[in-house]
Amino acid sequence: MAAPGAFAEAGADLELIGIHKRFPGFTAIESLDLTIPAGSFFALLGPSGCGKTTTLRLVAGLEQPTSGRILIGGEDVTDVKPYRRPVNTVFQSYALFPHMTVLENVAFGLKRRRIADAVAKAHEALELVELDHLAQRKPAQLSGGQQQRVALARAVVNRPALLLLDEPLGALDLKLRRQMQLELKSIQGEVGLTFLHVTHDQEEAMTMADTVAVMNKGEIEQMGSPEELYELPRTAFVANFLGQSNLFTGAVTSDTGDVIVVEVAGVKVAVPKGRAQRHTGEITIGVRPEKLVLHSAAAAPQAGVNVLGPGRVVDVSFSGVSTQYTVAIPGIGDIVVFAQNMAFGPVAQVGTEVWVAWQVEHGFGLADEPPGQERFIDDTSTGSLAQQTRQELLEELGEG
Amino acid sequence: MAFAAFGGGGAAAVAEPAQLKKSWVAIGLLAPGLAYLALFFLAPLVSLLLTSLQVAPEGAGKGEYVQAFNWENYVVAIQSYWPHIVRSFSYALIATIAALLIGYPIAYFIGVTARKWPMIQALTLTLVIAPFFISFLLRTLAWKQILGDNSWIAQTLHGMGWLPPDQNIVGTPFSVIFGLTYNFLPFMVLPIYISLERLDRRYLEAGNDLYASPSTTFWKVTLPLSLPGVVSGTLLTFIPAAGDYINASQIYLGSPQTAMVGNVIDRTFLESQQYPIAAALSALLMGIVLIIVAIYVKRSGTEELL
Repeated sequence: MAAPGAFAEAGADLELIGIHKRFPGFTAIESLDLTIPAGSFFALLGPSGCGKTTTLRLVAGLEQPTSGRILIGGEDVTDVKPYRRPVNTVFQSYALFPHMTVLENVAFGLKRRRIADAVAKAHEALELVELDHLAQRKPAQLSGGQQQRVALARAVVNRPALLLLDEPLGALDLKLRRQMQLELKSIQGEVGLTFLHVTHDQEEAMTMADTVAVMNKGEIEQMGSPEELYELPRTAFVANFLGQSNLFTGAVTSDTGDVIVVEVAGVKVAVPKGRAQRHTGEITIGVRPEKLVLHSAAAAPQAGVNVLGPGRVVDVSFSGVSTQYTVAIPGIGDIVVFAQNMAFGPVAQVGTEVWVAWQVEHGFGLADEPPGQERFIDDTSTGSLAQQTRQELLEELGEG
Repeated sequence: MAFAAFGGGGAAAVAEPAQLKKSWVAIGLLAPGLAYLALFFLAPLVSLLLTSLQVAPEGAGKGEYVQAFNWENYVVAIQSYWPHIVRSFSYALIATIAALLIGYPIAYFIGVTARKWPMIQALTLTLVIAPFFISFLLRTLAWKQILGDNSWIAQTLHGMGWLPPDQNIVGTPFSVIFGLTYNFLPFMVLPIYISLERLDRRYLEAGNDLYASPSTTFWKVTLPLSLPGVVSGTLLTFIPAAGDYINASQIYLGSPQTAMVGNVIDRTFLESQQYPIAAALSALLMGIVLIIVAIYVKRSGTEELL
C-alpha cells in the first residue's frame, strides 16, 4: 500500500487473475491471466483496440474489471481506489497539470503523500531526466519530448512498486525516441521498479522489455522474451505483428522424428519438429525474411536446407543496411527476403530468376488453423475498426 | 501599433503599402464602435464628472447649479451616505459568495458530470438561461409575491414560530441579498461552466494516480483550472450587484433600511434633484468598483482576463 511518508521498498509482483472487462456494447478484455514478476520490464504489445490500454487502466484503478482480481505484491487491490494504489502512470497524453510549474508537477505526488523534502526529491528526479534547469517553466513552454520526460519524472519520483507506461514515446521523433528508450531502461535498472509498458511499437517493446506479451482481441496470444517471440512465434498474428514472416500452408507428408515435412505447392519443405506447434494435417509454417538466402542458380539438393524456386524478383527496395527483395514464386506467392548489403548495391535486379534457400532449423510451425488463402491476417475488418473507433472515442471522453 | 507588432521586421519595408491599406480597413471597422463609445460613454462620463463638481449659486431654485470645482460635494456625499456605500458593497459581497456557492456545483454538474448525457446537459443549461426570457423586473416582483406576508412561505414560517409575528421577509437585508443572488446567478454559472466544460478529465485521472483523493484533486487541480471562470463569474455578479437599485428598492424586495447606493442616487437625482451629490456618488461607486476589481484580479493572478 502507499503508506504516507514512505517509498515502496522495491518493485512488486503484479498478478491479474481471470480479468474480464465489458464496456456497454463491446468486450475489451475477454479473459486475462498474467503474472509480472517484481523488478521486470514487461511490455504489452498489440494493435490499437486490442485491450492493452484497458489492461493498464485496470491496474491503475482508473477502470473497474467486470470480473477477476488484481494483486499487487500479493495484496488484492481490485477494490482499492487509484489514489491508494502503489502505482504511477506515465500517460500517453502526459496529462501534466497546466497551471503548475514543472517542479510543482513533479512534487505533486510526494506532497500528497507528505514525504519529507518533496522539493529536493523533485529536483533530483528532474536531474535524472536532465530537465532541472527548466523546473520553473510551465508545461506549455516545453517541447513534446521534454514534456514526456517531465511526465516520466513525475511518476518515477514517487518510487511506485509498479510503474505503468502508456505508449509514452508515441509522440516523439525517432532519434529522441531511441534516446528515451535507453534512458527508461537505465532508470529501470537504477531504481529497480517493476515496469509495465503498453505499446503498439514492436521494436520499442523488443528493445526495452525483458518479457513481451503480444495481445490481440482482448487476449494474450503469446508471451516470452523478445528473442523467443521473434524466433519462435506461435501464431500467424505474432509472426506478422512482431517483424515480418513468410508463411506457407501445406499438409504434413512425413515425420522423421526430428523434422516434419510439409508439401507446399508440390515442394517438400522441412521444419524441425520441436519448433512446430502441430505435427499433423494442414499446418502453416514460416521463416523470417532475413534467414533467407538468394541463389542465382538451382542449388543441388542438400540435407538441412530448404529450397524454393525458381521465382522472379518483382521488387527491390534498398534501406541502407539491408535490401528487401520480393520474389514471386509460381504456386507459392510472394516471398520477402532481407539481405545484408555486404556488397555495394543490390545483388539481384527486378526480373532476375532466383532460388530462395534457408536452413531447416530456422523454420517454425504455427498453432493456427490454416488461414485459407490469406497469407496475412487482416486486422482491418469493419468489426475491429468499429471497435477501435469506439475505444478511441471512449478514451477521449475519459471513459476508456 | 498592433499592426507593427504583427508585421515581421524584415518584410515590413516590402509589405508597407499592403499594411497601410489594412490599417485603413481596421480603422474603418473600428470607427463606428469608437464613435459610439465616445458619444455614449465618454461624453456622459465627462458630463458626470463635471456635474459632480457643480455648485448651487446664491438664491438658486431647486435643481439649479452652475459649473465650479466644488470638491466639497464628494465630502458631503461620503459623510451623508457612507452607510449606504458600505451596505452596497457588503450586500454585493454576500450575494457574490452565495452565488458562487450555489453556482459552482450547478456549473460542475452541467460541465463535467452531465458530459455523458448531452440531453441533460442541454436541458440544465437551458434552465440556467431560461429566466432571461422573462423581464428582470417581473421576476423580482414575482419573488416579492412568493416571499410576501400572505405567501405560504411567510405563513409557514410564522406558523412554525421560526419568524416572529411582526417580522416580514420582504424588506429585510435577507430578501435584498436573496434577490441579488437570484438575479445574478446565471452570470456566475455560465463563465464557470465554460471553464469546466473545457476541463480535461485526464488531469483528474492524473491527480488520482498521483495519490490525490477526489477532494484533494478538486482543490488542487479542478478549482485552479476553473479559476478564470470563477474570477469572471464573481466580477459579473459583484459589479452589477453593487450598483443595483431594483432589488433594494421599496417597490421590490427592499425597504428604507436596506437602501443601497443605487437607491440613494436614484432618490437624490430624481426626487430631490441634488445633481452634484448624485453625480459624486456615481463617480465614487465607479471608482471603488474599479479599485476592488483591480486588486481582486491582481491577487487571483488572472490579469490576462483584463
